Amino acid sequence: MLTIPCPWCGERDVHEFRSGGEAHLKRERRADALSDAEWADFLFLRANPKGEHAERWYHVHGCRRWFNAVRNTHTDTILAVYKPGEAKPEAAQ
Amino acid sequence: MRRYSIFALARNALGYHEGWERAWRSPEPKPDYDAIIVGGGGHGLATAYYLAKEHGLTNIAVLEKGWLGGGNTGRNTTIVRSNYLWDESAALYEHSLKIWEGLSQELNYNVMFSQRGVMNLAHNLHDLRELKRRAHANRLNGIDCDFLSREQVGEYCPLINLSPDIRHPVLGATLQRRGGVARHDAVAWGFARAADARGVDIIQNCEVTGIMREGGRVTGVETSRGTIRAKKIGLVTAGHSSVLAGMAGIRLPVESHPLQALVSEPVKPILDTVVMSNTVHAYVSQSDKGEMVIGAGIDPYVSYSQRGGFNVVQDTLHAIVEMFPMFSRLRMLRQWGGIVDTCPDASPILSKTPIEGLYINCGWGTGGFKATPGSGHVFAHTIARDEPHTLNAPFSLERFTTGRLVDEHGAAAVAH
Ligand SMILES: Cc1cc2nc3c(=O)[nH]c(=O)nc-3n(C[C@H](O)[C@H](O)[C@H](O)COP(=O)(O)OP(=O)(O)OC[C@H]3O[C@@H](n4cnc5c(N)ncnc54)[C@H](O)[C@@H]3O)c2cc1C
Ligand SMILES: [Zn+2]
Repeated sequence: MLTIPCPWCGERDVHEFRSGGEAHLKRERRADALSDAEWADFLFLRANPKGEHAERWYHVHGCRRWFNAVRNTHTDTILAVYKPGEAKPEAAQ
Repeated sequence: MRRYSIFALARNALGYHEGWERAWRSPEPKPDYDAIIVGGGGHGLATAYYLAKEHGLTNIAVLEKGWLGGGNTGRNTTIVRSNYLWDESAALYEHSLKIWEGLSQELNYNVMFSQRGVMNLAHNLHDLRELKRRAHANRLNGIDCDFLSREQVGEYCPLINLSPDIRHPVLGATLQRRGGVARHDAVAWGFARAADARGVDIIQNCEVTGIMREGGRVTGVETSRGTIRAKKIGLVTAGHSSVLAGMAGIRLPVESHPLQALVSEPVKPILDTVVMSNTVHAYVSQSDKGEMVIGAGIDPYVSYSQRGGFNVVQDTLHAIVEMFPMFSRLRMLRQWGGIVDTCPDASPILSKTPIEGLYINCGWGTGGFKATPGSGHVFAHTIARDEPHTLNAPFSLERFTTGRLVDEHGAAAVAH
């Protein structure tokens, strides 16, 4: 069973969390500056790697805070967790 | 190919069943093919079959990294239906359902297609409206669909708990009587045997590791068994679609999620139809062996692990036991996961790509088994003619840029 270490609460069952998908997607502030292809990229295209994935999690049945994690999607091992605003840890390997 | 028949069965019985020929050859890969299909699931094998049968392309190979049907084809709960909401999807899935109706004869292989009816339950007012709307849309598209009241649900499937004071009471249902289930492995094997008989090379244990390109067009693939050249390549790798497309530098609007299923111990025949519920994320049918075949919703995070969280199975069983209280005493035998490729609009991608000679068939997510023959049929057309069939033209990659999505979340979302 997958457990997730919330950076605030510690290790908890995955059932307490909601997955927020790929992390670090940036929405262009000037919406009209984007072409259709760039919008498609932001809205729909995803990395979906088999391997290291930076992703968002929401501790919905706990502290109710968002955070980021790096997880290996092949093994489901969580390699690092970090708070919003922090950079993706390089040492995730 | 020696045809299967009652006479062949009798003849082979006399020979202690030692005289059956192999269902398909296992040739060494040739250095060069006219077309290569990557992925030996049902969709890939069906594509190869129709390329050979309808488009005369026989110098082709299907490359499968594991064994035939070892992906989602052999892991799914085999529900087949065509009652989708939008015209585009209804046409595509109905095309497939029509092929299913004659598939065993066409392939000379018993795919055990059993049109035992598929019921979709409504548990609240919103469900009722949504299902009625879908029923009307289906009828306008010539797809059979009945709406059952709560009492009619009870008559059609007496096992269902109709008590009004449960958490998700049953208020009605749609019923597609032509829907049903099929034998998943047989679909892969039947297409493989029929494709092989037309000259297609079916190559297992051959993983594609790179896609070779020259000047914006494909020239072949790197594999665990060496380089194989081809002018046309079709990617049909379901959960691994992003990985394969990534080899050609293409990003997809697809995310890969585990989807779990489980079966109970076998019991005598008690459930003679397929029951599905989107609201409580559960669906169940009884296999010919007598097991209850139960499907869950997707695990919500991206993963390639082919197993999911226990909590997802638990939620599904809560729902199943509320719908069928007598199942609470069944023991579960096996549980497994497949990796499904979900699209933002819950519709598939059957498309050309920005790279010449490269085609992709993916995004079927939680519900592509039902589409296996139809998908192979129109995808073969797309590859052979280098342009989509009218039925798959709306399911292009470009729709995510133009915004012309085919939003089937209502009909496809979690249930199948
Ligand atoms: C638990 C579960 C229940 C489901 N229930 C239903 C249902 O009731 N009804 C329904 O309609 N659909 C259902 N589905 C969905 C359905 O199974 C799929 O949409 C469908 O089977 C996909 O078929 P496919 O041939 O495209 O993919 P697959 O059968 O997954 O085939 C893809 C193949 O590509 C191969 N491959 C991957 N990478 C490579 C590589 N690098 N080189 C070579 N080969 C590679 C894989 O090994 C695999 O065999 C369910 C899925 C699951 C997991
Ligand atoms: Zn927390």
